[in-house]
Amino acid sequence: MFIKHATIERNTILLAVLTLVTVAIGGLVEIVPLFTIETTIERVQGMRPYSPLELAGRNIYIREGCYLCHSQQIRPLRDEVERYGHYSLAAESMYDHPFQWGSKRTGPDLARVGGKYSNEWHVAHLVDPRAVVPQSIMPPYAFLAQKPVDPSDIADHLKALRLVGVPYSDEMIASAKADFTAQAEPDADTDGVLARYPKAALGDFDGNPRVTEMDALVAYLQMLGRLVEFDRTQPGGLRQ
Amino acid sequence: MAKLPNTSNDDTVGTTGHEWDGIRELNNPLPKWWLYVFYACIVFAVVWSVLYPSVPGLRSYFGGTLGYSQRDEVAANLQQAADSQAVYRTKIRETSVEQVKADSDLYQFSVSGGRVLFAENCAGCHQSGGIGTRGYPSLADDDWLWGGSLADIERTIRFGVRGAHDETRQSQMPRFLADGILPQKDIETVADYVVAVSESKPVNPHAATLYKDNCAVCHGDNAKGNRELGAPNLTDKIWLYGGDRNTLIRTIAQSRNGVMPSWTGRLDDATIKMLAVYVHSLGGGE
Repeated sequence: MFIKHATIERNTILLAVLTLVTVAIGGLVEIVPLFTIETTIERVQGMRPYSPLELAGRNIYIREGCYLCHSQQIRPLRDEVERYGHYSLAAESMYDHPFQWGSKRTGPDLARVGGKYSNEWHVAHLVDPRAVVPQSIMPPYAFLAQKPVDPSDIADHLKALRLVGVPYSDEMIASAKADFTAQAEPDADTDGVLARYPKAALGDFDGNPRVTEMDALVAYLQMLGRLVEFDRTQPGGLRQ
Repeated sequence: MAKLPNTSNDDTVGTTGHEWDGIRELNNPLPKWWLYVFYACIVFAVVWSVLYPSVPGLRSYFGGTLGYSQRDEVAANLQQAADSQAVYRTKIRETSVEQVKADSDLYQFSVSGGRVLFAENCAGCHQSGGIGTRGYPSLADDDWLWGGSLADIERTIRFGVRGAHDETRQSQMPRFLADGILPQKDIETVADYVVAVSESKPVNPHAATLYKDNCAVCHGDNAKGNRELGAPNLTDKIWLYGGDRNTLIRTIAQSRNGVMPSWTGRLDDATIKMLAVYVHSLGGGE
């Protein structure tokens, strides 16, 4: 309109300057919010990094592509809140790398599935979904109960996450392997695990004495959505 | 029909002035309708950015002149829904489950609302209509582990069974083999005894002694169970995990101890009472 494109295209310097300006505007819009992302996180109590066993379970969740059918994002709409519970908060995925919000619900949302079913139910359901939910079309994951998880590199997973900002303490990293085993051991001393990772689900979930992928996945599922303490949240704390 | 763009090489629209090997680029204008829609979109975007939350800032974001928040909106929607049901829910909250059942309006509200709540929260284990499945008891018959009165059902839903709540219903059947209480042979004898009792057949006295010493404290001398402990009645044909000899051996040897989560916190008080009334209405309520 103001500058004919014929003029711009024939003047290399003008073309370069205007291209730079255009790209810079796009860059500002996309990049600036990343520096202020802290301001979008609600001020709530109870969020903590994943325990080593939960983290292993989360890795299995990602590996198996659970997010393709299950979202972890309760939208602020009445029907969703009435069905699944409080809408999801930004704070609830602040330690997720990557987040598991998902975009499709072939199965139900899992953002608050923790504590909704018993451990036995989760194992029975993962082994054969139709055994407990006759109309389910979910594939069976029985093999998880046969595959042990090797905890030897679990501390490295914590370290890697610390590099991207997850507040794992030195103590958490040092005791990662012990916590991993203790959380899935019915008679273990779990005071340390619970002190470091409150509300972690404890126990030998699948009845197999080894720590299997089933144990890890159920430990992860049983924690989902239970961390934020809504009754301890100050009024206005949910305001972004 | 829109006018076709000028594709002739006459000079009515002129050219862009570019020329490559004799090929010139006509300077056809954009279709008018397209151009005006494009401008309208720009205007719409500007107006929207002013009215609604839009531009991020360093401390916060621009919240829009309308003060709109999706979270306020959902809170208002929930409040509206709560208000429309308040006449029932307030009464349900304030009265006991027995009174809810006695009041025909509240009863009807609870049963029809309870059906929906049950499908979402309970049917995953207890199955549609509460018919139960292996490991998850039927709620539609009159065989109850922890009691089938309204108050019993309400308590079970509220606090769960072997759940995380402090007041959860608690009991633990020992793992007779795994904990070294009985040898395999005795466990098989006891399993035979339980099969005989449930089929009302004669029992052998040695087995009866084993039962009395190890099982009767919870399941009762007459094997009719004890609801205080959630110990099932062994004399009927209703089995949670199966009543055949092999399953019973597995149950006695390794124990079961099924878990129901506590629903306090996840469901509100009125909802729990509605569910109790609904479950009570399924056929087995006492």
